Amino acid sequence: MTAAVITPSRKGSGFWAAFARNKGAVIGLVFLTLVILMAVFADLLFPTSPWDMTTIPFQPPLSEDALLGSDTLGRDIASGIAHGARVSLLIGLTSTAVAVLIGVLLGAVAGFYGGRVDDAVMRFTELFQTIPNFVLAVVLVAIFTPSLASIVLAIAIVSWPPLARLARGEFMSLRSREFVQAAVTTGQSNLTIIWRQILPNSLSPIIVSASLMVATAILLESSLSFLGLGDPNLMSWGYMVGAARTVIRQAWWMSFFPGIAILLTVLALNLVGEGLNDALNPKLARKGRA
Amino acid sequence: MTTDIKADMKADTHLLDVRGLTINLPPGADRPFAVEDLTFTLDHGEILCVVGESGSGKSMTAHAVMGLLPKAVKVSAGGIRHQGTDVLSLPERDQRALRGGRISMIFQEPMTALNPLMRVGDQIDEVLRYHTTLSRAARRARVVELLASVGLPDPDHLRRSYPFRLSGGQRQRVMIAMALAVEPDILIADEPTTALDVTTQKQILELIREVQAKRRMGVMFITHDFGVVAEIAHRVAVMQKGKLVEIGPASEVLNRPKHPYTRQLIAAVPHLIEHREDFTRERKPVLTAEGVNKTFHIGGSMFRPGRTVVAGNNLSLTIHEGETVGLVGESGSGKSTLGRSIVGLIKPDSGKILFEGVDLLSLSRPAFRPYRRHVQMVFQDPYASLNPRHTVGDIITQGPVAFGEDRKRALDKAKDLLKLVGLDASAADRFPHEFSGGQRQRISIARALALEPKLLIADEPVSALDVSVQAQVLDLLEDLRHRLNLSMLFITHDLRVAAQICDTIAVMQKGSIVEIGPAREVFGNPQHAYTRQLLDAIPGKGWTLPEDVVPASRRHAPVRNSA
Repeated sequence: MTAAVITPSRKGSGFWAAFARNKGAVIGLVFLTLVILMAVFADLLFPTSPWDMTTIPFQPPLSEDALLGSDTLGRDIASGIAHGARVSLLIGLTSTAVAVLIGVLLGAVAGFYGGRVDDAVMRFTELFQTIPNFVLAVVLVAIFTPSLASIVLAIAIVSWPPLARLARGEFMSLRSREFVQAAVTTGQSNLTIIWRQILPNSLSPIIVSASLMVATAILLESSLSFLGLGDPNLMSWGYMVGAARTVIRQAWWMSFFPGIAILLTVLALNLVGEGLNDALNPKLARKGRA
Repeated sequence: MTTDIKADMKADTHLLDVRGLTINLPPGADRPFAVEDLTFTLDHGEILCVVGESGSGKSMTAHAVMGLLPKAVKVSAGGIRHQGTDVLSLPERDQRALRGGRISMIFQEPMTALNPLMRVGDQIDEVLRYHTTLSRAARRARVVELLASVGLPDPDHLRRSYPFRLSGGQRQRVMIAMALAVEPDILIADEPTTALDVTTQKQILELIREVQAKRRMGVMFITHDFGVVAEIAHRVAVMQKGKLVEIGPASEVLNRPKHPYTRQLIAAVPHLIEHREDFTRERKPVLTAEGVNKTFHIGGSMFRPGRTVVAGNNLSLTIHEGETVGLVGESGSGKSTLGRSIVGLIKPDSGKILFEGVDLLSLSRPAFRPYRRHVQMVFQDPYASLNPRHTVGDIITQGPVAFGEDRKRALDKAKDLLKLVGLDASAADRFPHEFSGGQRQRISIARALALEPKLLIADEPVSALDVSVQAQVLDLLEDLRHRLNLSMLFITHDLRVAAQICDTIAVMQKGSIVEIGPAREVFGNPQHAYTRQLLDAIPGKGWTLPEDVVPASRRHAPVRNSA
């Protein structure tokens, strides 16, 4: 009965305004952009391979030729962080993309068709949910031998179930909406309805949780590398923390800086995810319109 | 009951005195003021009806009196006095004592106005605990007394029920009991019957009138329905876009409306007495339903049987070429189930639905598909029935494109259709949220027509719209069906609307059609007790339109029953 209903249903200036209202999200986005730039320009910033010994071992931070110090073999920590950003981001993004693909596909089918299809898909999903994520990832990587592809796949396989559940819920509720029923009565095929009618309307929450999932994937990759299950040819943050753990009392900086890199990147991703949530789901925004 | 009751206390302090009230809207809203320079009074023993369409500021006024305005809107001028004290300048503590103590409010939606996790007796008890010093036992006795006074059966038992066990009407009674708990002298009722069925509405209106007369309360009754106004108002205030355009005794405003906007609103009120020509059922039937049954099983699991609801019990119905059949009944009577069964959204348990002689229910999915073209549906909620992410052009062309039409040709046709339903062709490039409810419903109709159907199922197409918009959309449907020779199944809960547009009326109750016949006979000489009960419950039936106001539906009446 009351006045104007504001419906920011299209992305555009309204989207950015809503996103910018969340200060944390903007800070997160700025930091994330810096990390991405660092990853992209790692070769320019640190032309030598991060595996090369460039200085004396155990150099503390702020020494002459190693800004953040050097590790037990005299490798530059700063170079390792810059190159490690590539691996972390690459694995975080691709494994999330694969997880979204699997999760949304299964969730959409389950939610749209319902009944027995739904039962079958959901029992299959539960099968994955009952196994502890990390253990499964470790087992998968160990079986397929550590490589970029096997790590991405392992992380994707352990992270899709929550997305499948989310997509299923969205599809179930949208399915009974009148515009979907109208699409049925105008003779559109199921595929068209799933792809053109329901999916665009269910994307917002999926995008939000995917952005948070990138952070989890980065953490998972770090944990795997920490255990020595990372790709042996690629420098990564988790590997650096893992390699330095034995000397943590003598040389704190070796594990500290990569650890901070992980912490801040994950935090930035979470902040961005929250900002996306506020912008894409304005009705659920905690600090919405006054 | 439209006689004036003069306030016995002819003093200059009114029970409620609103003077020059202006409420600002936050910047960026569609107009600067929610309410502008509003002045009215309310006295003891008086029912003041505030009438207006959505967005006219009537609810905002009520919320201002209650001190419940949202933070972003501010009273910028004027004052509200309750028996001489300025309500707006009171500290929050005193305002709280006033609201709930001297002024009570009941809301539109009884389903959400009660706390679902609290027994209804406790919710009333809570009010008593805050505003009185009664002992526990005395409060309990008072709760039972209150529940009994609003006509609820077995109040001692009902007091211990949770809201979900009660029907909509019963919940609204509980709300009223709660509002009456501390004997307020002003009751604000914000569309208290809009969400209720017509028979329940009648009971609630009677109850409000009864308690108000008994306690000599002042009632501010907000509504958009002039039928309801005619039932209970002593005085009427008409609001348009935040301004008061007319105020006066009910008999004056209803029978001799002065302001053009009031006249327009009254003209748009659907009236039962419509002199339709009888439909000649000579042409062949388009659709025949034979013995359709549908039972829904709600809840339950492998171990526990759920509830069953019979939504269709041996339903039979015939729609002839060019005929409009009205399916009327209260919510839950199974009207929509039948409509949805015909378009294939619901599969009935048994029975036949014959479209031009072919049983649609026996067809497989691919075999049914060609028939979708011929049977199209217009949905109830114009806000939910259009995909918010697609342009209007997309929405209309999706159907024809799915049936293999060239996209460009379909779009040209969509633009013609938009003109046909009274919108501009440029609407095709815009998104649904840029349109009002009535315009959206026109788009929805254009979408249904894009497939050139023979039969249109209209499921409560106007019940979500304001009364003046309602009249326009009904006009459009009436016009289209003659122009395009459409048959129509028109589902509605509003008998007045059905009377305007339907040739044949089928009355449904609890999943069965209890009466079916030509509109004139069903309305003029109802056979079934339930039909009579429904007709009797229509608000404002004792009031006839003033003669100098021409009903909107007759203003540009198309030629009826032309071949």
